[in-house]
Amino acid sequence: MADSAIKLRLDGNELAVPKGATILDAAQQAGVDIPVICYHEATSPNGLCRICVVDVDGGRVLQPACVAECQADSNVETRNERVQRSRRTILEMLNASVNLDEAPEIQEMMDDYAADEARFPDANLREHTLIDDNPFYIRDYEQCVLCWRCVQVCAEDAQFTFALTLKNRGHETSVATAFDISMTESPCVFCGQCIGVCPTGALKPKVQWGLEQGWGADEMRQKTRRGRKRNPEKTDGE
Amino acid sequence: MTTQSGVDTLLAMYEGRGREALLPVLWDVQGAFGSISPEHVHRISHLLRVPEADIFGVIGFYTLFHDEPTGRRIIRVCTDPTCALAGADGVLHELCERLGIHDNETTKDGEYTVEHSPCLGLCDYAPAALASARGKADIALPNVSVSGLLGEWHGEYFQPAGDSASVLLNTALVSAPETLIDYGNYRSLRRAIQDMTPEEVIAQVEASSLIGRGGAAFPTGLKWKFTRGAPGDCKYVVCNADESEPGTFKDRVLMEHRPHLLLEGIALAAYAVGTDKAIIFIRGEYPRATAILAAAIREAEASSLLGDAIMGSDFALDIELRRGAGAYICGEETALFEAIEGKRGFPRMKPPYPTTFGLFGQPTAVNNVETLCAVPSIIDKGADWFKGIGTEGSAGPKLVSVSGHVGQPGVYEIEPGITLRAFLDDVCGGVIGELQTVLMGGAAGTFLKPDDIDVRLTFEDLRAIGSTFGSGAIMVFNQTTDLRDMLKRLGRFFQHESCGKCFPCQLGTQRQVEILERLDAPQAGDAERLMDIGLTMTEASICGLGHTAGIAVMSAIEKFPELFEQNGQEHG
Repeated sequence: MADSAIKLRLDGNELAVPKGATILDAAQQAGVDIPVICYHEATSPNGLCRICVVDVDGGRVLQPACVAECQADSNVETRNERVQRSRRTILEMLNASVNLDEAPEIQEMMDDYAADEARFPDANLREHTLIDDNPFYIRDYEQCVLCWRCVQVCAEDAQFTFALTLKNRGHETSVATAFDISMTESPCVFCGQCIGVCPTGALKPKVQWGLEQGWGADEMRQKTRRGRKRNPEKTDGE
Repeated sequence: MTTQSGVDTLLAMYEGRGREALLPVLWDVQGAFGSISPEHVHRISHLLRVPEADIFGVIGFYTLFHDEPTGRRIIRVCTDPTCALAGADGVLHELCERLGIHDNETTKDGEYTVEHSPCLGLCDYAPAALASARGKADIALPNVSVSGLLGEWHGEYFQPAGDSASVLLNTALVSAPETLIDYGNYRSLRRAIQDMTPEEVIAQVEASSLIGRGGAAFPTGLKWKFTRGAPGDCKYVVCNADESEPGTFKDRVLMEHRPHLLLEGIALAAYAVGTDKAIIFIRGEYPRATAILAAAIREAEASSLLGDAIMGSDFALDIELRRGAGAYICGEETALFEAIEGKRGFPRMKPPYPTTFGLFGQPTAVNNVETLCAVPSIIDKGADWFKGIGTEGSAGPKLVSVSGHVGQPGVYEIEPGITLRAFLDDVCGGVIGELQTVLMGGAAGTFLKPDDIDVRLTFEDLRAIGSTFGSGAIMVFNQTTDLRDMLKRLGRFFQHESCGKCFPCQLGTQRQVEILERLDAPQAGDAERLMDIGLTMTEASICGLGHTAGIAVMSAIEKFPELFEQNGQEHG
């Protein structure tokens, strides 16, 4: 089955891409940078952060480059005024809700799009208490941007463990276990894949966190001891 | 009934079912026990083979589900715009005071839980409430007072009358739903089955120029043609009865008033697209319409008008009634499919579109209640007759829901082409007081000033002035109305109803309401902030909720810029 090529214009340049290529694929082929936050090669794309939106033929709405397929003879603008306004506003709004101190890629985007850190004064930062409930990793959801990657790799995208879900909805959404039980009570097998795909400091290995806290060797050993599930008897919950 | 055997009996009915049964199971468990406990979730997880975390996520998504103990009686008072004008805040406040609790709390004796609620679709009987008593069917309460809410609940209200030219409404003022004896024996369906091929039915609907009444205005015949032509093992007709847009209650009236008209419309759609399976997804806040439809389905099945071998033919149709659980987003068609499939109601990315990849991944024709109700008359009287009503771009009769400061709020059937002014003055009893503005099209609509109301009520005329028919809601506000307060309520509505999937809407509805809440003392640059938020939501969100969540606010900035200025003048 030969790839029938699709011809399009991307930022003024003619381009031919294989059928089925996304706009993000086309941009990469053309050496054009389109920012992404939720997109990750290892997870099913959900097109939800919308930071990758581009203008296709001046349409009524912008298209997410990570999932939108290239259309023949279309004209894609990856960084016109509409696109920049959307990206800048999304970043400014995100920064007002989430602690992005340990998200260097997103901070770079903020610089790139001249996003104003103080654009939304008196906004509600999403407040969460840091969760330290197992010897392997900590969860600091104040740094969570809700990219869904951890939930996805815990489920059908990799591990089929289903320890995680999304709780509540809208701006109050957070990643959680069933009824907020601890990770050790949950089906979590501590595979670590969620930490691997987290784009911020929301999920962090305990050792790394301990080093940041200035733990000494003894303390580190104590707090990261692998004491989990040696006893296979299921806990009763609280 | 809080025993283990109680749960067992209840769950046994769902043996062999899968995830699609999740919302019905959760409704049954909550109905019996008041809330859904971790132990219930554990049992349901094994029964339906759904991870416990997923079930917990689903419960938290739908506001009518509770995973923490509730009172034996739950009272939800609507505080959206029309009910607010009718004093809902006062009712809620006094109710809480009398019970010694705050909003969203339960009395110490476990008798009452009180919550505020988004629009309950009873704007013609504002203020309204939705009440639940453990073990009993929910009840929608019109014109509520504190003493009424704390006493015995009465859910009676009347239905609007059409006039002799009415197609969708009928001509008698009734307090009881239409029965088969009133309605007749599905004459149009009989004609279709006996004399027409499915293609001929589709051709009639296409020729009639019927366009969808849910808000998106897509041609109905084309949707059916796509669905019929799509490859798939099985197909579905889904009736979108998740009407939840503030100020919109036309579909409730149709379902409560003319259930058989809707069922016949669904049957015609199923015959046309070629399926024996249809589902009505009705919002959880419509208990009366749900009960009436369930009875009408039984009645029609008993008369061989639905079910197997309809009217002795080889056409069969099973119509299933599914109850939503408190999520405006599920009116978005793909989020609605997710809800039926037992998931959080997140909208899917499109394409693929429902006509090829809909419910359970199968080709699906999803239509609004009012759209389906228009079909029997098209088959009965012909496409030309239907096109003779209204204008070229707005064929056929159209329902509107009118609320707020008018003499007679309610649902009216109009012939598109009448001006908004004539409609307000001559049809619904005139504006009470001096008109300040009309919010046209619902919470996602636009504001019209007194100078604008000579616009003709048609899809094309409203579009031409940058407005919309939307869901057919017309909310009328006189000079006594505090528009800042109305905007706050619209902002709260969208913040509460955003699903949280895409960043623009999840963050934008929050940032928007934060600014609207301080409109009494706005900060420099707030109007520009709201415009950036609104345009970003409109252009970059995934679905229609996000696309429209900033429309009313941006419209207010255009029409009432003074509301957003610092040191703005005093207001009421």
